[in-house]
Amino acid sequence: MDIAEGVLGGSRLALSKAITAIENEHEDAVEIMRKIYPHTGNAYVIGITGPPGAGKSTLTDKLAKEYRKRNKTVGIVAIDPTSPYSGGAILGDRIRMLDLIADEGIFVRSMATRGNLGGLSQKTGDAVKLMDAYGMDIIIVETVGVGQSEVDIIKTADTTMVVVVPGLGDDIQAIKAGILEIGDLFTINKADREGVEKLNIEIEMMLELNQEDVAWRPPINRTIASKDEGIEAVVDSIAEHRKYLEETGELEKVRQSRIKSEVIAMVNDHISRHIDEKIVATDGFAQTILKLQNRETDPYSVVDNIVNNVLK
Amino acid sequence: MAKVRILVAKPGLDGHDRGAKVVARALRDAGFEVIYTGIRLTPEQIAESALQEDVNVVALSLLSGAHNTLFPKVVELLKAKGMTDVMVIGGGVIPESDIPGLKAAGIEAVFTPGTATTEIVKYINEHVK
Repeated sequence: MDIAEGVLGGSRLALSKAITAIENEHEDAVEIMRKIYPHTGNAYVIGITGPPGAGKSTLTDKLAKEYRKRNKTVGIVAIDPTSPYSGGAILGDRIRMLDLIADEGIFVRSMATRGNLGGLSQKTGDAVKLMDAYGMDIIIVETVGVGQSEVDIIKTADTTMVVVVPGLGDDIQAIKAGILEIGDLFTINKADREGVEKLNIEIEMMLELNQEDVAWRPPINRTIASKDEGIEAVVDSIAEHRKYLEETGELEKVRQSRIKSEVIAMVNDHISRHIDEKIVATDGFAQTILKLQNRETDPYSVVDNIVNNVLK
Repeated sequence: MAKVRILVAKPGLDGHDRGAKVVARALRDAGFEVIYTGIRLTPEQIAESALQEDVNVVALSLLSGAHNTLFPKVVELLKAKGMTDVMVIGGGVIPESDIPGLKAAGIEAVFTPGTATTEIVKYINEHVK
């Protein structure tokens, strides 16, 4: 089976195999991506992030169903953390999306972070591109929701949604972490819990302190995803954000900046690997380290030497 | 950085998931990526999930006695979907006398109560394609 042809022709099996090829860095991975790239740029990408336990997967399930009602096809990339100890992972987001399996207009792929500190990686971006080329109208990327990954999501998504829940101990915590600064919209899930008003006010206050994005005021919606409540308003808010981006020309700018970041990251990754394989892995390097420890040379000269050799 | 991906699922109506969860955790600790889909799945849901996740292994758990019907059904559906290289293994309350029949139907190995999880890990490492 020609995998790229299969993806472009709408084969679910091909799409699945293609994602595996890029994730495991098969020999044909680059060729597949080359072939499908011209067919990307059509899907609208939504990033969903937030702390663990906020209900992101359940919310994603309900959002996907609402999009299907509005006649859109949906691709979902659900990301969970790889254990730094075993290298394995429990990918438990699909369990919240079991109803979606029977729908041919939905495709769900679970991906582990595989040691990528940011939580997202080039591979997530590639999986999104494959779903895009396959023909999905909407692609939802649901992330781990800790630390750096919140910032990473804005590099992949057109609209970023931050999901929070009331009563997670110290509500101010979320603001300190900085994750609230990247949201194009906010969803307070499990809105039947105590502390909803307080959380809502805190988010509003935080938004007022942030003077930069005055043109778009992130809306705050409330949902009880497990009861399917408040979902339509969230989908409407996403549509409004999209409209804002399209009408102001921001969408093109955002996507351009994303393509730029991605190419730079890919170049850096290649160079990094080259250095790992051709320099760090050598005996010469091990000896250089010993010399440094004995103060026979200094790191600055060593680096100068390496860089000059690499850049030749 | 290729990883072995394993779908752990309970077909049918059996809700006893402790065993499946123990196995899922052991597989994660062995370095595999485990897509845990929980209880009460139809064979179709299992096969379709296996396709979307492009798993190497499908691990079925059943304690209610319906394994002779449901396990081979999963194998059949996987083949129909073009997932030809998937290892299907099973566990749960399965009488020894049923095992040859299950193997003939395409379930490569059956791990009954008392099996050490290390044995399951070893089997997968040795036989996965």
